[in-house]
Amino acid sequence: MSTRQTRVLGRVLTAPSVGLLFVWMIVPLAMTIYFSTLRYNLLNPGTEDFIGLENYVYFLTDPAFLASLRNTLVLVGSVLLITVVLGTGVALLIDQPIFGRNIVRLLVIAPFFVMPTVSALVWKNLLMHPVSGLFAWIATSLGLRPIDWFAEMPLFSIILIVSWQWLPFASLILLTALQSLDEEQKEAAEMDGAKAFSTFFYITLPHLARPITVVILIETIFLLTVFAEIFVTTGGGPGLQTTNIAFLIYSQALIQYDVGGASAGGLVAVVLANIVAMFLVRMVGKNLET
Amino acid sequence: MKRFLGALLGAASLMSVSQALAETLTIATVNNGDMVRMQALTDEFTKKNPDITVKWVTLEENVLRQRVTTDIATKGGQFDVLTIGTYEVPIWAKQNWLLPLANLGADYDANDILPQIRAAVSADNKLYAAPFYGESSMTMYRKDLFQKAGLTMPEKPTWDFIVDAAKKITDKSKDVYGICLRGKAGWGENMAFLTAMSNSFGARWFDEKWQPQFNTPEWKDTLTTYVNLMKEAGPPGASSNGFNENLALFNAGKCGMWIDATVAASFVTNPKDSKVADQVGFAMAPNKGLGKNANWLWAWNLAIPAGSKKAAAAEKFIGWATSKDYLQLVASKDGWANVPPGTRTSLYNNPEYQKAAPFAKLTLESINSADPNQPTVKPVPYKGVQYAAIPEFQGIGTQVGQQFSAALSGATSIDAALQAAQAATEREMKRGGYIK
Amino acid sequence: MARRTTTTHAVVSTGAAWLVGLIIFFPILWMILASFKTELEAFATPPSFLFFEWTTENYGIVQERSDYMHHAMNSLTIAGGSVLIAMLFAIPAAYAMAFAPTERTRGTLLWMLSTKMMPPVGVLVPIYLVFRDLGLLDTRTGLIIVLCLGNLPIVIWMLFTYFKEIPKDILEAARMDGATILKELAFVLTPMAVPGIASTLLLNFILAWNEAFWTLNLSTSNAAPLTVFIASYSSPEGLFWAKLSAASTLAIAPILILGWFSQKQLVRGLTFGAVK
Repeated sequence: MSTRQTRVLGRVLTAPSVGLLFVWMIVPLAMTIYFSTLRYNLLNPGTEDFIGLENYVYFLTDPAFLASLRNTLVLVGSVLLITVVLGTGVALLIDQPIFGRNIVRLLVIAPFFVMPTVSALVWKNLLMHPVSGLFAWIATSLGLRPIDWFAEMPLFSIILIVSWQWLPFASLILLTALQSLDEEQKEAAEMDGAKAFSTFFYITLPHLARPITVVILIETIFLLTVFAEIFVTTGGGPGLQTTNIAFLIYSQALIQYDVGGASAGGLVAVVLANIVAMFLVRMVGKNLET
Repeated sequence: MKRFLGALLGAASLMSVSQALAETLTIATVNNGDMVRMQALTDEFTKKNPDITVKWVTLEENVLRQRVTTDIATKGGQFDVLTIGTYEVPIWAKQNWLLPLANLGADYDANDILPQIRAAVSADNKLYAAPFYGESSMTMYRKDLFQKAGLTMPEKPTWDFIVDAAKKITDKSKDVYGICLRGKAGWGENMAFLTAMSNSFGARWFDEKWQPQFNTPEWKDTLTTYVNLMKEAGPPGASSNGFNENLALFNAGKCGMWIDATVAASFVTNPKDSKVADQVGFAMAPNKGLGKNANWLWAWNLAIPAGSKKAAAAEKFIGWATSKDYLQLVASKDGWANVPPGTRTSLYNNPEYQKAAPFAKLTLESINSADPNQPTVKPVPYKGVQYAAIPEFQGIGTQVGQQFSAALSGATSIDAALQAAQAATEREMKRGGYIK
Repeated sequence: MARRTTTTHAVVSTGAAWLVGLIIFFPILWMILASFKTELEAFATPPSFLFFEWTTENYGIVQERSDYMHHAMNSLTIAGGSVLIAMLFAIPAAYAMAFAPTERTRGTLLWMLSTKMMPPVGVLVPIYLVFRDLGLLDTRTGLIIVLCLGNLPIVIWMLFTYFKEIPKDILEAARMDGATILKELAFVLTPMAVPGIASTLLLNFILAWNEAFWTLNLSTSNAAPLTVFIASYSSPEGLFWAKLSAASTLAIAPILILGWFSQKQLVRGLTFGAVK
């Protein structure tokens, strides 16, 4: 199908985007690589010396580094699992003929509209607070001991909040994909006496393979840099239980104002993200083939 | 679709209308009540100075700090007046990032500024920032609960008394907890409290040679007392409670005592926000008989970035906002209880203020008893009561705060937390070149 | 018989869908309710659901303190502008990659995504310096550029996926009829791609609307969007949940409305596509 002509045309159509993104990538990247070799603290100007790889050594030997790597992976993995599984369910559900579909759909997408800082504050103070939160009230009314969310299961609490924020994204993408699923195909399958169950596994799910892959990849990119939710609720604690790589780099850059260290950390994060992406692509990448 | 796009394009074209400029000051400030009030009174300033217009950038503390620091360090020139804390002033003054304030007006009366606050914002006898409001910390308690338990709060309580009283007042079945203290990790959150507390226990962050001191018995004593007290008499969720969470708990009637910022006094006694407004008593922050109380010293100050092209107008504004007249102005509009506290001696001598603010005397006494130049029992190489005024402190304080927050939640033991705190601090101090 | 099952089916799925929808929506509902309470009541236990004294005083305070319209217009311009420009670049690129893929397409797509892997905070200082030198600090143009570039990979990815779903034989049939590439794009592809384009537009508009790192750090007052407005209500010293709830409700109101309109668009796109 790709004749010479379409190839050339394809390149012409892709070039502007590629060019823009290349500039957007290379300029900050070059500066970051340069800064990462300097002793560069914003609060101590005039002391910028070349120190080679010291910033990298400093970042990688941080006792918090391994913990934050673990937390990042757990956070990304759990949120992906929750949002994809529940998102598929939600998408299937609101793809059904239901009354007031528009409203339901809006209700489902709504969490995505709220800024991360705000939703974290709402969850932390109005819902999950062990004394005055709504959950605590429900627990006490049922005669149970309220859960002290951010002390007893800090990382899980963050996962819960982040999943709530990203569920709409998965649902909406999968829903749009479902709508392009051939009605006739589905009907034909039902006609053959296929149960809902097997329709789902043999027709719907394969059809969703590509959108699910895309949801996974896009969400991963955003989830690797989750920060506001952690900052607002636990500040990375207790201990290092909710410190992820992004939070670690944040504390280098905007608490210590250590530009050198933060640059090195940022580059380490890029390398790690690439490893995660490679891993994901190997797992689900075949769905991207034509 | 068309409607949607049309709306967007319409909005875009509307936005391109620009406005003519007089001299415009961009003022960055924190979103706390006193600053919000200052923002509301802007007209009073521009009426007197018709050639100046004012633009406000009001942000929450953390966002403001990172925003303002990035801008001043990169010479971005986005702000004409900055609101900064006592932590930043000496560090920034040393970098020559701030303009010394010499022309605040003939009747400014810099000698009227409370001596401890003035010391905190001066370097080489020059004022580098003008204090807008100042605070220390003190003990707030519930008179009714104390009475019920048959206790009397002394004016200068000891830690032993506080621990004992907290246990007696706690009644978990009624959701009443003896004491609420900060637990959320952060150099300005739990570490502000714990550092001040450790001062009263005779501990210090660094010895004279910048060696971290978390391996000393004083720190162990501090943290053990804190953790055990909170376990027995603190509310659930304490390890993620900061100032606001505790304020909400106290106002909802769930805390017997609360040791925190003196500004809280006006919140907890305001019947509109507090269920217990008429039952609140005040005392000094606790001590251990070593000569230091567990109270801190903080002020929010207005400053001008060096190299500002609008320095004259900016100084005019600062002179206005931190003057005695400004206090009068606020008093005439919102009453004496709402004037920004903690900066001027004359305010505390004002009988009207003393009447309107029953906590005035104690606030003053608390501020006076915190000495940023000699914060601890043993000598230290740094300035600052609940912080050490070195650039590295924010990072170190946050890491140590996480460890102590973990000790509070029970995720790690007290010894392990202290050990980790010591290791992290040593690491950062080595990187900063303070120790080998 | 068949009819009856359909009705039961509809009732059951309606019930289930509404339940799920309400559960997901609940935290926001709770926030909206809190915006009508007093600060003290917002934090009260036991919590009050509907039977409290409704007050609009929080909205009054917010109205008095900040120029909501200024921030909302900035958000609209920045989010809208960045998404529209990103679409301009992304539609041709996604089209080419979906319908004329080469052996490099997959690599290019993944590379595009990798431009988003650097945590923004890691490049704040470089970008701030560049913006300072180009005079882009606190300008809407600057923010549009950053958000457009930041979201471009996502926009391309989403469009690429949707385009991939479009059956190729339709395009080939059109080509047989002698349609040029432009006609193919305008009359065959675009109508079929409308639901995909609409949902890409909506989702990326929201992503840009809620982007709180660059918008907070690169704007001061002229270009300050709603994220800055929110940051002036979150976490001051003192009780703030009711006021923050009111500010947040105001901040999400415009996208709720936009969401409603694009909702209809999504549905219309669906029926159109199904007709074939």
